[in-house]
Amino acid sequence: MHVVIIGNGISGITTARHIRKLSDHQITVISSESEYFFSRTALMYIYMGHMKFEHTQPYENWFWEKNKIDLVFDRVTDLNTDNQSLSLTSGETISYNKLVLALGSTPRPLPTKGAELSGVQPMYSKQDLELLEDTKNIKQAVIIGGGLIGIELAEMLHSRGVHVTLAVRESQYWDIVLPPEEAKMVGDHILSRGIDLRLGTAVESINGSDKVESVTLGTGENIDCQFVGATIGVVANIGLIKNTSIETNRGILVDEHLQTNLPNIYAIGDCAEIKEPNTGRRAVEAVWYTGRIMGESLAQTICDKPTPYNPGIWFNSAKFVDLEYQTYGDVPAKIEGELTSIFWNELEPERSLRIVYEKDLMKVRGFNVLGLRLRHELCDEWIKTGKTMDFVLNHLEELNFDPEFYKKFASQVKSQFEALV
Amino acid sequence: MNRLGTILVVIGFGIFLAIPFLTEHNVSDSFITKEYNSEERAKLASSAYTSILNQDITTWKLLATTDEAIALVNKSVIDTYGFSGEDIIRLENLAHNNSLNAQSIEALWGKGNFKVEAFKNYGSWLFDREFSSDEELESNIKQVTNNIAQYEVIPKKGIDKYAAKSLKYSISKHSITGLLQNNAVLFLLLTFGLTAIGGLLMLQVFMDEKPGIKNNGIFFHPAKARKWLGIIIGTLLISFYILLYFFPEYMGGWIRIVDPISYKLNGSEAGQFFLYGFMYTTSMLVMGARMMAKYRHNKYQLIRTGSVMFFQTIFAFLIPEILVRLNQPYFDFKNAWPLDYDFFFDFELQKLIAGGNLGMFMLVWGIAFSLIGVPIFTYFYGKRWYCSWVCGCGGLAETIGDPFRQLSDKSLRAWKIERYMIYSVLVFAVVMTVGVLYTYFTGASELLGINTFSMRQVYGAFIGAGFSGVVGTGFYPLMGNRVWCRFGCPLAAYMGIVQKIKSRFRITTNGGQCISCGNCSTYCEMGIDVRSYAQRGENIVRASCVGCGVCAAVCPRGVLKLENDSPTNRVNTTNFVRR
Ligand SMILES: Cc1cc2nc3c(=O)[nH]c(=O)nc-3n(C[C@H](O)[C@H](O)[C@H](O)COP(=O)(O)OP(=O)(O)OC[C@H]3O[C@@H](n4cnc5c(N)ncnc54)[C@H](O)[C@@H]3O)c2cc1C
Ligand code: SF4
Ligand code: SF4
Repeated sequence: MHVVIIGNGISGITTARHIRKLSDHQITVISSESEYFFSRTALMYIYMGHMKFEHTQPYENWFWEKNKIDLVFDRVTDLNTDNQSLSLTSGETISYNKLVLALGSTPRPLPTKGAELSGVQPMYSKQDLELLEDTKNIKQAVIIGGGLIGIELAEMLHSRGVHVTLAVRESQYWDIVLPPEEAKMVGDHILSRGIDLRLGTAVESINGSDKVESVTLGTGENIDCQFVGATIGVVANIGLIKNTSIETNRGILVDEHLQTNLPNIYAIGDCAEIKEPNTGRRAVEAVWYTGRIMGESLAQTICDKPTPYNPGIWFNSAKFVDLEYQTYGDVPAKIEGELTSIFWNELEPERSLRIVYEKDLMKVRGFNVLGLRLRHELCDEWIKTGKTMDFVLNHLEELNFDPEFYKKFASQVKSQFEALV
Repeated sequence: MNRLGTILVVIGFGIFLAIPFLTEHNVSDSFITKEYNSEERAKLASSAYTSILNQDITTWKLLATTDEAIALVNKSVIDTYGFSGEDIIRLENLAHNNSLNAQSIEALWGKGNFKVEAFKNYGSWLFDREFSSDEELESNIKQVTNNIAQYEVIPKKGIDKYAAKSLKYSISKHSITGLLQNNAVLFLLLTFGLTAIGGLLMLQVFMDEKPGIKNNGIFFHPAKARKWLGIIIGTLLISFYILLYFFPEYMGGWIRIVDPISYKLNGSEAGQFFLYGFMYTTSMLVMGARMMAKYRHNKYQLIRTGSVMFFQTIFAFLIPEILVRLNQPYFDFKNAWPLDYDFFFDFELQKLIAGGNLGMFMLVWGIAFSLIGVPIFTYFYGKRWYCSWVCGCGGLAETIGDPFRQLSDKSLRAWKIERYMIYSVLVFAVVMTVGVLYTYFTGASELLGINTFSMRQVYGAFIGAGFSGVVGTGFYPLMGNRVWCRFGCPLAAYMGIVQKIKSRFRITTNGGQCISCGNCSTYCEMGIDVRSYAQRGENIVRASCVGCGVCAAVCPRGVLKLENDSPTNRVNTTNFVRR
């Protein structure tokens, strides 16, 4: 059997590796972005000089041949689902028995006037990173959009001495995800690191004749800049299948086995939209971890061990300049209804812990931390088994995943909570 | 501040590099007599020195002259004590008459004569022998007389290789005059002083930034990314180690400027290893301060760096010097065999045994520390307790070497080479020690047909000096800061086995949080591909991990935690990632 995977990101590659572990199927992975798998999440560190591109490749180059995973460095231009084949820019066609669409995302296009000027660009791919080297001699940049990629791009440019204005429409940083206290902390942190964060700020237009010269904010203010970062989010990359009979909505629609409406065609990772997501999970989750977990379970399914996609308790993490963030379980931006939470924080060093729980049963539902680290395994287990707040507070020290000798927080959190009740 | 610091470092280091060229020597007749340590040799040597006597000359001129003088001495002692062409003909004649034996040569030159006794030692196998041809006879006799010249005459009457080495060093060091001789303290301040102050001022770069990971621009940096400056630094370091171990006679000027400190500490003049210890310690302190500034948000790094700075300064540098001042054996209490490979050498053992109660205590301490302390501590804390908290080599790597940690090779191939090399050195160290002890207790010079003395010489030259010094440190800017610890250190190999087989230490991977970014692997100085474990949700249990904690510090997602916990199920894997 020939399994063809389009996309060599985390989801496609995880699928390939696991299929290899489970079977002798012929495996071909096609990508037009890079010859070998690299970690998209590490792109920023190349620009900042922490690593070279080769460091972002999790496997050495010999790995693929040794494991008989054929790599094709080309773009799929056309997909024919009737005779199960696809064509490449080189003119070659490849036929498949099973097809995995792991196409990832594309940056959401900026609707702003002037978005087509040179010097305006998103940050998603290796090619975007290469283009970014054009910023070598610039002095000022404006980044539009306050998601996780926006702050990364801001940090990148800032690391090379560029004055960065980060224009965010929301009134608090990333407040569609972060509860107000955390959003405020992150915003303050970004400012303290020398990035000019403008909250509640829309960008009216990008100005310049050929190259970007300035932006005009909603307030009428003009900011001179030689670069504009367009980071207002990503959308599923489904251009390739527009003309096929594969069903899409925001992403490629898949069932619990990650199968599309067509047999033998699956979709995973950023480009997939789960028709009926588990409670507490969203239909499209464009993060590294879900891509990986989808790849793991799809490989089982393809190798005749049908395995429904079950991502378990939600978790995620990020880093805002120097401030680390981890989240586990259910921590909505607006904690209301049956849920409530306690929030503990400290300014020196900046750190905070939020525990979300059910008001009536006192069962723990989620954790949010900034500036400290929690043990994933225990957070997951306690949420899954519905441990009570009493238990959680008495065992809080076990959750601590900070390096040795770091200032402890458990007793402070506990006494704050006890004072509250 | 940073600018000023850089300028001071460049000036201080520039003056340091200039010192060999500023060093002047002046030798007098009486000085030569004293240094050659025998009227006879001094007289023979003096003709070489006549043209430079009482003149200010360079080190090169002095050493070239000394080489000539030594050659003169050796030539004339061979003329005097060796066998001349005529002597050889006489011996041949004896042999032709079948009367080459002890009595006949005693009859020729007299009983008790140097030549006679030497020939009896080296040539008795020729006595009363038949030779098939004159050629055979001649070549055999010449072989004996050459051996006598080389192994008897020169060592006993002239100046052999080893004596020449120390003579040259002594002449060079003790004949310094003028600027450096009179201004040692000034030059100490101008070199070490300026460089240290400059180095500390340069820390302002880190202090200007907020606490946090400071790896910006590392791979664009001329020194930190194996670019031109890195290659220059590497070349300088390698040259320095070659001078230190093999040509200390050229380092007289540098050694001279640390004399004042040596006198203060141990009451006598400095030697090349005092200079080395002093440089090692001061640079470790300055670069340790740098490490602390860089990682000031990370308490593990602060404490650990403080610890290596403390152990180097107090245990490796000050205590041994003070012991010497108190007429006690020089001893580094924190050094452990087999890194301290000469601990069981006869002269070391004799030194300790002769050292009275304290010496005996040192002997017992050294053995107990190496054979009991090391594995027990390693069981409880992993080898990090030594490698990145106590050890001098590790301390150097973690401070001066920190800017280069990202240069270690992470490939599978490098890991394979590493295992072959480090365990070979361990086996070598153990075999050599067993051999040396065997010789010590039995007096037999060979073990299983191998001369134990040459074993220890080979180890000393190739591993002790060549590997741990020249390659181990000289290659920092080329292969990362743990070349020695990773590929060569026998103690690291020994603790690594304990750490791998039974220890409470591991690096825990935080469930499924790894994003495979590669920061951990890039900054692992031991070249461990940390990511390959972390992305599988597997804990890291590797013999080579020195527990520096930098992987955990640079991980942007809080995935890694160094901890000591129950040894069962250490590699335990959570079920967040399917393997
Ligand atoms: C800058 C940045 C930082 C991020 N940081 C984090 C983070 O810290 N944590 C986190 O959880 N997530 C992060 N993400 C999101 C995460 O990287 C993505 O969710 C993940 O990479 C998606 O993986 P994927 O395999 O689905 O798709 P992708 O990695 O996008 O791979 C899809 C591949 O398919 C190729 N492809 C698409 N169409 C074709 C075609 N027709 N022919 C050939 N090849 C094609 C694309 O070129 C691409 O290489 C980050 C994303 C970015 C851009
Ligand atoms: S694995 Fe981590 S702690 Fe161990 S040596 Fe490498 S960087 Fe240091
Ligand atoms: S640094 Fe952290 S997130 Fe990055 S690869 Fe290593 S463990 Fe994973």
